[in-house]
Amino acid sequence: MKILFKKPKSLKENVTIYCPGCGHGIIHRIIAEVIDELGIRERTIATAPVGCAVLSYDYFNFDVTETAHGRGPAVATGIKRMLPDKIVFTYQGDGDLAAIGTAEIIHAAARGENITVIFVNNAVYGMTKGQMAPTTLLGQKTTTTCEGRTPQLHGYPIRVCELLSSIEGVSYLERVAIDSVPGIQKTKRAIKQSFIYQIEKKGFSLIEILSPCPSNWKMKPSDSMKWIREEMVKTFPLDVYKDKFKEQKKQ
Amino acid sequence: MDKKRIKKVLLNGCEASAEGAIAAGCRFYAGYPITPQNRFPEYMSIRMPQVGGVFIQAESEVSAINMVFGASACGIRAMTSSSSPGISLKQEGISYLAGCELPGVIVNMNRGGPGLGDVTPSQSDYFQATRGGGHGDYRTIVLAPWSVQEMYDLTYLSFDLSDKYRNPVLILADGIIGLTYEPVKLKKRKKKLPTKKWALTGCRGRKPNSIKSLFLTPGVLETHNWKLARKYERIEKGETRYETYFCDNMNFLVVSFGTCARIVKEAVELARKEKIKVGLFRPITLWPFPYEELSRYIEKVEKVFVVELNLGQMLDDVKIATKGKKRIFFYGRPGGGIPTPLEILKEIKKR
Repeated sequence: MKILFKKPKSLKENVTIYCPGCGHGIIHRIIAEVIDELGIRERTIATAPVGCAVLSYDYFNFDVTETAHGRGPAVATGIKRMLPDKIVFTYQGDGDLAAIGTAEIIHAAARGENITVIFVNNAVYGMTKGQMAPTTLLGQKTTTTCEGRTPQLHGYPIRVCELLSSIEGVSYLERVAIDSVPGIQKTKRAIKQSFIYQIEKKGFSLIEILSPCPSNWKMKPSDSMKWIREEMVKTFPLDVYKDKFKEQKKQ
Repeated sequence: MDKKRIKKVLLNGCEASAEGAIAAGCRFYAGYPITPQNRFPEYMSIRMPQVGGVFIQAESEVSAINMVFGASACGIRAMTSSSSPGISLKQEGISYLAGCELPGVIVNMNRGGPGLGDVTPSQSDYFQATRGGGHGDYRTIVLAPWSVQEMYDLTYLSFDLSDKYRNPVLILADGIIGLTYEPVKLKKRKKKLPTKKWALTGCRGRKPNSIKSLFLTPGVLETHNWKLARKYERIEKGETRYETYFCDNMNFLVVSFGTCARIVKEAVELARKEKIKVGLFRPITLWPFPYEELSRYIEKVEKVFVVELNLGQMLDDVKIATKGKKRIFFYGRPGGGIPTPLEILKEIKKR
């Protein structure tokens, strides 16, 4: 019998706690596939965020540490500086990265730390059941913006890729979405590129992934994919926001 | 005559602590500027690269302690330093170190508070240091040096304690120790450091390691915290440190720690010259506090006198050790004022 499809070695056999239709499972699998393909499982060290993915050490089959809320990039800095030959990535949500951990992500980027940041943007605080996130869209209803987010009361959503694109220490920034099969393939290509850059010691990269949270968006999984495609991308356009080594790649 | 030369180097408290750390094998330092410990990051920025280590000036105290968390998670001996307001910010990270059972050394050059306070020496962070400081049911080993030499020696020791118990160690000093220059006798650099099977180093040839302080399954956190409790018990039994001066033939005992104890010692010497039967008990570990040892000395005297550079914080621990049996007096300077030995002598005579 020929096996055509199997679980990547970089994923454990455990069942995840994620809700039906959640994007974390897809993203975990993409990361695991990339790490398998690059043959770096035994030298990868990841940081888990505070948020739904906090238990990712139960799912990833390599070394993982928890971090305090938002501090992933600082912890990853400590790890990578001491073990520069290991492959280090942070896995962070929008509250973790773009609210409580804003200082940590900006300064890790400014230092040009040779790490990969997987930034999962689902426009809402997932684990705490759906409060407004820094990336919540204008008009979007959450448990702390019952009438929808307004600029007057709640300010504007933060566009992380655009924000970081002005920082010289950043090598690679791309925003992707896992709303469809082509989107998932693009996401995989982007994540793989960021790990390749890290292996080549080319510095800081961040992949922002628009990801569904049907439970807190109060939508069917299929509708939440549609919402990413039709609504989220208006505020968060998919694009490569920076690629220092693009020209080099072409040659 | 073959006189052995003892090599001493002139260092201030920040430099001495940094050298003690380097000799103990510390190879990672992250910090942030704050008076009166600015010499610490400045000095480490030069020394760490010289010894093959890493220095990072972090964007915040919060980030610095989390960088220490990361380096420590890889099994590296790592430290940070700051002064009171900065130590408040580090408490989150210290709680996570304790919960995750990661080693790590934190130096506090205590300055006046609350709030921004001032930049003069103080002992007002005693409660914060000895009662946890961050959230959760945990303990931090706290060492209180009273000289630049001891700053060196205790920093050197702190890394062994921190690794042995997989627990953060805090060194509670102050601006006087931090900025005073004294000759320091150096130790040999540690060559063999403990192996750490729990460290994150990439899972080559082994099962993946994880470091965590989250235990959601009912009962698991309780089991974890009882495990921590047993560890704290072992530390309480085995690691109390203290010194006594003039404690023979006394009827009056002064209890003081750190810089303040050094001034008190001079006052006690003056008092002894005047035939006043007074002794000094100086806790070196503030946690674990040497309750039993202090109790034994308190048995011998009629009155106990606590002197601190605060409103009376160690006083609580002395009360526990006194068990309500003796009269306790207190003298404190809570706002940057440093008492002279004569001032303390006068206070001793009043009691």
